[in-house]
Formats: sequence, structure tokens, C-alpha cells
Amino acid sequence: MIEIKGLTKRFGNKPVVEDVSIKIQSGAITSFIGPNGAGKSTLLSMVSRLLDADTGEVLLDKNNVKQWKSDEFAKRVSILKQANFLNVRLTIRELVSFGRYPYSKGRLTAEDEQFVDQAIEYMNLKDMEDKFLDELSGGQKQRAFIAMVIAQDTEFILLDEPLNNLDMKHSVQIMKILRKLVDDLGKTVVIVLHDINFASVYSDYIVALKNGKVVKDGTTNEIINSDALREIYDMNIPVQEQNGCRICVYFNSHS
Amino acid sequence: MRKNSTKLIILAIVAVICILLYGFYDIKGGFDYAFPRRMMRVGAMIITGFAIAYSTVVFQTITHNRILTPSVMGLDSMFEVVQTLIFFFAGSISIWVVNQYLNFAASIVAMVLFAIILYRLLFRADKYPIYLLLLIGMIIGTFLGSLVSFLQVLIDPVEYLSLQSRLFASFTNIKVELLYISLAILLLAFAYGYRILGQLDVMSLGRENAINLGINYDRIVLNVLILSSVLIATSTALVGPITFFGLIIANLSYQFLVTYKHSVHILGAGLMSVIALVGGQFIVEHIFEMNTTLSVIINFVGGIYFIYLLLKESRAAG
Repeated sequence: MIEIKGLTKRFGNKPVVEDVSIKIQSGAITSFIGPNGAGKSTLLSMVSRLLDADTGEVLLDKNNVKQWKSDEFAKRVSILKQANFLNVRLTIRELVSFGRYPYSKGRLTAEDEQFVDQAIEYMNLKDMEDKFLDELSGGQKQRAFIAMVIAQDTEFILLDEPLNNLDMKHSVQIMKILRKLVDDLGKTVVIVLHDINFASVYSDYIVALKNGKVVKDGTTNEIINSDALREIYDMNIPVQEQNGCRICVYFNSHS
Repeated sequence: MRKNSTKLIILAIVAVICILLYGFYDIKGGFDYAFPRRMMRVGAMIITGFAIAYSTVVFQTITHNRILTPSVMGLDSMFEVVQTLIFFFAGSISIWVVNQYLNFAASIVAMVLFAIILYRLLFRADKYPIYLLLLIGMIIGTFLGSLVSFLQVLIDPVEYLSLQSRLFASFTNIKVELLYISLAILLLAFAYGYRILGQLDVMSLGRENAINLGINYDRIVLNVLILSSVLIATSTALVGPITFFGLIIANLSYQFLVTYKHSVHILGAGLMSVIALVGGQFIVEHIFEMNTTLSVIINFVGGIYFIYLLLKESRAAG
């Protein structure tokens, strides 16, 4: 289990994340939502040790993230950030193989190859696995990076706005795959999302941030209702039920 | 992968041909006199070539930039500062110039200390991006360059001439003792450098992906910066500064060998260095008949290639 205790990060004098304490439920999808600049990505970066917190701590199995050995941590928690510009030319398969680095240190065993195959299969990239990344569309590239994280085979998968630059079809595809990872393989997914309807339809828990603080934290049903959403976004957002999904109709709302 | 190994074998064969040509072509007078001296130069060129190849390739990985070389950090300037200060305060017949060991040691120690102090003071990856470090390195380098010019106009003209010959890279007067020391440093650096090659492969995915995969990113960046300073310092103290050389061979290797593996690129770039240096020296000695120096040719060709790279990058960006 991942537990966040009193986490604070300042850039200059401005607190970007302030005194955040939450528990990430295992075996579920937790979405971080909130307006721009709420500190969602910064929080995710601190949980995944990409960024050091000023105060507070992140605990994985009751041990501070900073005390974990880097390669052991990499076998438990994976993170994918949004900007992934590469200076090297890699094929999809080479990239996905890097996901096995924490286990194999670059020398892939037969078992590693199997994980790589599965991850590529999972993301529907089999027919283009030998293509170079710079020949791919934004969506294909994103899927290749997600495949790398899947090959890493960690219990916790943290994703920072994985739906950025993706069209509707691929967004739905990726959210369905994440759902499958949780339901079939018992993974825990933490995801930063911009579109609250994806959060509503696919996640089990939602953490809403605003100005670096947690404003709401609970099950999806507790968050996706007009009252809670007004508090988070300062907008009047009607919520409609459609085939058992709660859809927020915010496109023509008045502040 | 198999294509890459074929290419490496071809490079190795060309390198050996260059070495044999340089070693045996047109030996006049005593073979026993000329041949060992030529081989000593070849040795210096191999050491320099691999030191520059390694340090440039890894430096470009940690800076995620293919038109930077470790010399932008002001290391070349530091070498000029040390030499100029020695000539300015002690003079060309002092022990600091006459004794090769002392001169060599002073240069290396100053350059490595300079690099370590710079990195230790400034390197806080979470606070400052590496580009700030580079910028400060460049500014200090420019400052040191100005300081050198200032001292050089004050110096006695005769002293200045003998100083100038030291500030140009040259493979012709290499002391065999320095060669052994350099080789020892190179081997020690490679012993550590070899172990982190796999981690450097992962680091070319960027800081965040590398940390995700369990790389102790910031520590390796610091170690690599220091390691490449040691290598550049050694090669500069041995033969003098070769500004553009690392840039050319690293980029040629990226174009010639398609892989993300540092081990392949370092070997490839190293072999290309040997070809360029030994072949270039052959041309200098037998075609230009010593009317020019290798570093002039390298900087000339390198400068043209650098402009080509800049134009290519700006076209890719635009």
C-alpha cells in the first residue's frame, strides 16, 4: 500500500502541494483530478520519487520511498510522465524491453522476453513492434510507452495524463486496458486525468486537488455530483446518468 | 545488430590499415629508430581517441544534446590557464615546464579540480537543470579565456612562442613516460566506465524514465561528469586541446551505427578517432610535409561539420 503523509512541495515561496495526506487503495484505479496548476503532477512525481518533497513522506509498505533501493522500488512502482521526447532512435520492441531493466539489467532472459511479448500484445502493437518510435503517431508512441510500463510488471502503475494528445478511440482503448490491468491482474493504477468523464467512468476512487490541497477524496460516486464538483472547479456542472455511467455536462455551464 | 558488428569490424580493419601505413610508410634511416617513435605517437593517438570518444558520447547522453562536448565546460580554457600561468610566473625554463611529469600532473590536477569544484558547487539536479551548469561552465570558460589572452599580451614574446606551441594539439613530441601514465588513467577510468554503460543506455530515455527504471540518475550524472573531465584532462595534458574532435566522431558514430547501445557507439567512435587521428597525422607528415598541424586540420573540418550539424538541427526544429 502507498500512504502519503503531510506532503509539501514549494517552488520558490509558492507551495505547489501543501500538506497532502491520502492513502492509495490497492487493487483499484485512483484518479487525481482538479484544475490546472492544482499540483496533481507534482504530487505524482513525489510519490514516484522523481521529485523530492520539502516536508512529509511517502510510504510504500510502511517504508519511506527515499529509503527504498532504487532498483527494488522500480520492481514495485512504475511511473510514466507526459512528455517523452527521445534523443535516441529506438524500435517499439527495444523501448518495451527497457521495461525489464530493473530485473535483467539489460540482459534479457527468456522470461523477460515473454513479459515484453505480452506487453506488446496487450497494447496491440505486435504488427509494428520493429518500427522506430519516430515513425509513429502520437497515439502509437504513447501506447508504446505504456507497454514499457506494463512490461515492468509493477504492482503500482502511476500515469501522468496518459490520454494527452490521444483521440477518443485510443483514449477509451487505454482506459479499458488500465481497467483490465486492475480487474484481471490485480494491479493498482494511479492516474492524473484532465477529463472528469474518464475519471467518472473508469475510476474507483477520486482525489480532487485545488491549489495544492486535497479538497475532496472518496469513491467516484462521492465526488461526481454537482455539489462536490462546484467546490473543486468553481463551476456549475450538471451530472447525468447514462447507461449506469455518470456523465458531467460542463460544456455550456455558467460559473 | 549483426550489421553493426560488421561495420565495427570494417572500422577496426581500416584503423589497423591506417596504423600499419603510418608505421611502415617511407621509413628512411634506421628502422629501429623511427618505428618505435612512430608507434609511440600511434599509442598516444589511440589513448586520446578513446578518451575523447568515451567522454563525448557519455557527456552527450547526460546532457541529452548532440552538439555539446565536455570542452564547453571550460576544461580546455583551464588547460590554457595553467600553462599560461606557469609561463607567466615561472618561465619557460623553470622546472614546471622542463619536467614533463610536473607539467602533466599540474594540468590534470587543475582541470579535474576545476571540474569537481564546479559540479559540487552547482550540481543539485532537483534545483538547477543541467543547462544552468553548462551555461555557467561556458561563462567561466570565456572568462578564463580572456584571462589567458590578458596574460599572454604581457608575456615576453619569446616565451609566448614557446607557450603557443604547447597550446596547439600535437602528436609529434610525446614523452613515452607520459604515455604510460595516461594509459593507466584511461584503463582505470574505463574499468568504472564500462560498468555503467548499461545504465547509460537507460539514461538516454530521459531522467524520468531512467529513474522509473531504477537508475540512480543524479549520482550517475555527477560521476559521469567527473569521469569525462578526467579523460578530457588526460588527453588534453598529453597532446593539447582538440576542440571539435569529439563532436565529429560522436555524431559520425550516431549516423553510421544505428543502435542505442553505448558500448557500440563508444567502440565505433573510438575506432573512428584512431582512423581520423592516425590517418590525419599520416597526411600531415607525408603530404603536407609538416607544414601544418593535425589540430588545424581537425578544427577546420570539425568547424565545417559543426555548422552542418547546426543547420540540420535548426531545419529539424523548424
